[in-house]
Amino acid sequence: MNGPFDFTLALGDDALIAAQRLAEWTTRAPEMEEDIALANIALDQLGAARLLLSYAGELESAGRDEDALAYLRDDREFRNALLVELPNDDFAVTMAKLFFLAAYQLPLYSALAGCADERLAAIGAKARKESAYHLDHGALWVKRLGDGTEESHRRMQAAVDQVWPYTHELFAADPAAPVDPATVRTAFDEVVGPVLAEATLTQPDSAWAPAGGRAGVHTEHLAFLLAEMQVLHRAHPGAKW
Amino acid sequence: MYGNDFSAPNGAPDDASGGLLGEVEAAEAELRAAAARGRCVGPAPDEDLAAYFTEVVDAEQKIEPRDWMPDAYRRTLIRQIAQHAHSEIIGMQPEGNWISRAPSLKRKAILLAKVQDEAGHGLYLYAAAETLGISRDELVQLLLDGRQKYSSIFNYPTLSWADVGAIGWLVDGAAIVNQVPLCRCSYGPYARAMIRVCKEESFHQRQGYEILHTLAHGTPAQQAMAQDAVDRWWYPSLAMFGPPDGDSTHSAQSMAWKIKRFSNDDLRQRFVDMCVQQAGILGLRIPDEDLRWNDERQAYDYTQPDYDELMQVISGNGPCNRERMAHRRAAHADGNWVREAAAAYAAKRAGQKETVAA
Repeated sequence: MNGPFDFTLALGDDALIAAQRLAEWTTRAPEMEEDIALANIALDQLGAARLLLSYAGELESAGRDEDALAYLRDDREFRNALLVELPNDDFAVTMAKLFFLAAYQLPLYSALAGCADERLAAIGAKARKESAYHLDHGALWVKRLGDGTEESHRRMQAAVDQVWPYTHELFAADPAAPVDPATVRTAFDEVVGPVLAEATLTQPDSAWAPAGGRAGVHTEHLAFLLAEMQVLHRAHPGAKW
Repeated sequence: MYGNDFSAPNGAPDDASGGLLGEVEAAEAELRAAAARGRCVGPAPDEDLAAYFTEVVDAEQKIEPRDWMPDAYRRTLIRQIAQHAHSEIIGMQPEGNWISRAPSLKRKAILLAKVQDEAGHGLYLYAAAETLGISRDELVQLLLDGRQKYSSIFNYPTLSWADVGAIGWLVDGAAIVNQVPLCRCSYGPYARAMIRVCKEESFHQRQGYEILHTLAHGTPAQQAMAQDAVDRWWYPSLAMFGPPDGDSTHSAQSMAWKIKRFSNDDLRQRFVDMCVQQAGILGLRIPDEDLRWNDERQAYDYTQPDYDELMQVISGNGPCNRERMAHRRAAHADGNWVREAAAAYAAKRAGQKETVAA
C-alpha cells in the first residue's frame, strides 16, 4: 500500500465486504436477538465503508463516489484483507471472523482518531466506538461457544483454527500509511489471548499466513460475492436509485 | 439511524400513509388520557368479573395482563398477536432477499435497517403475547409446526428491486391501514405495541414510496420494473384485509371486544382511496380497468381481489409458502447448537457465582 488513498480504500473495502457477509445472516441467525445484533454490526460496517469510500474517492480526484467504487470495480481492484471475504460457514466461523476483525479494527480506528488527517481522524473517532461493541459481542460469543457444550467447543476451536491464519495479513507493515497496521498487532494480541484462554480454546500456532488481499489477489470467494452485490447496479448503467 | 438519509421527492405527500400517522398520535394521546383519569374502581367484592370486564371495555379503558378476561378474549388475542409477530418474522424474508443486491450503498443500508426493524417488531409483539400467559418458545413452535399462520402476503416472491418498493408502498401501506385502529385496541399491551409499530411502519411505507418514485422517474427499464411490481402486488395487497365482511369468521365478536374497530371491507376501501391519489403522483397505473370515482358513495369503485386465490395461499399453496417455512425451520434447526451452548455457558456462570457466594 502507498499513501492515504490506498490505505483509505483498503479500510473501506474491509468494512464493505464485512458488511456484505454479515448481512447474509439476516433471517438466518440462531436467535431473533442475534439477527438484530448482526444486522446492527453490518450497518455499522456499511456506515464506515460509505464514509471511507467517499473519502477515498475524494482523495483520488477521479470523480468516483462511494457507489462507483463499490459497484464498478472488479475483484482485482478490491483491497480488502482476505479474512472478511471468507464465507460465513457456521456461526462459530462467523464469530471467529467478527472477533478477530474487531480486535484489529478497534486499535486501528483508535490510532486513526489521533492521526494528522482530519477526515480520517473523524471517521476513526466514530468507528472505534462501534468497534468496541463489535469486539464485546464477538468475544462474548467466542467464550459462550468455547466454554458451552462439547459440540460448540469443538466447532469454535475448529473455527479459530480455520480463521487464525488470515489474521496475519491484517498487520502487514505499511510505514507510509496514516497508521501503520503493524503497530496495532500488540493491542490485538493482548485482547485475543485472554479471551481465547477464558473460552478454553487453544491459540493456533500455524506458520501459514495467506495474504494478497491488499494487492488485489483474492480468494476464489470474492468474485462470487461481488457478482451478487454488483449485478443490479451494473445491469442499468448510469441509472439513479 | 441509517434509515432516514434520503430527501423527499418532489410532490410526495409529507405523510404517505394518508394522514394515518395523525391517528396513531391521537390514539397515543387517548391512551395517556385514559391512564390519567384512571379506570372505574373495582371490581367490587360482590361484582361479577365478566360485568366488570365489559364495563372497562365499554368505558374505553384498557384491559391489563393481571385483569380477569374471558377465555375466548384471551385466545383471540393470543392468536391475533402471535399471527402478527409471525408475520413480522416471516416478512423479513421477501425483502431480505434483496439486501445483498441493493443497487446503491444507501439503499442497502436503508433496507437492512428496515428488515432489522421487522425483527424488532416481531420481538415486541411476542413480548405482548407473553403477557397473556404463553411463552415465545411455544409460539415459535406453533409457527414451525404450521399450527399458527402468518400474513399470506409474504408467500409471494420478490422478483425485482422494484418489489422492495412495492412492498413498502402497498404492503406496509395496507398493514398500517389495518393496524392503526389496533392502536386503540382494548388490550393495553397490544395497543401500546401497535403505536410503536405503526410509527415505524409509516416510515417504511414512505421509504417504499420513495423507491418507486425514483424508479418511476428513472430510465424506461426502471419505469417498467416499477409498473410490473405494482401490477403483481396490487391484488395480493387488497387481499391482506381478509375475506369480505360476510365471510369473516372472527369479526363480530372482535368488534364487540374492541379488538377490532372497522370491518375488512371498510378498511380495504380506505386503502384503495388512499392509493389512487398516491399512484397518480407516482405516475404508476393501478391495474384495475374498473377503478373509478363513485360520487354517490364518495369513494372509488374497484375490482375485488381473487378470494379463491387468497384461500389457496392461506391453505399453503401460494408461490412461496413452502420455501418461507423451510427457511424458518432451517434457521431454527441450524441455531440449535448455538442456543444450547449459550444456555450451558449461562448455567456454568450461574454455578460459579453460587460457588463464590457460598
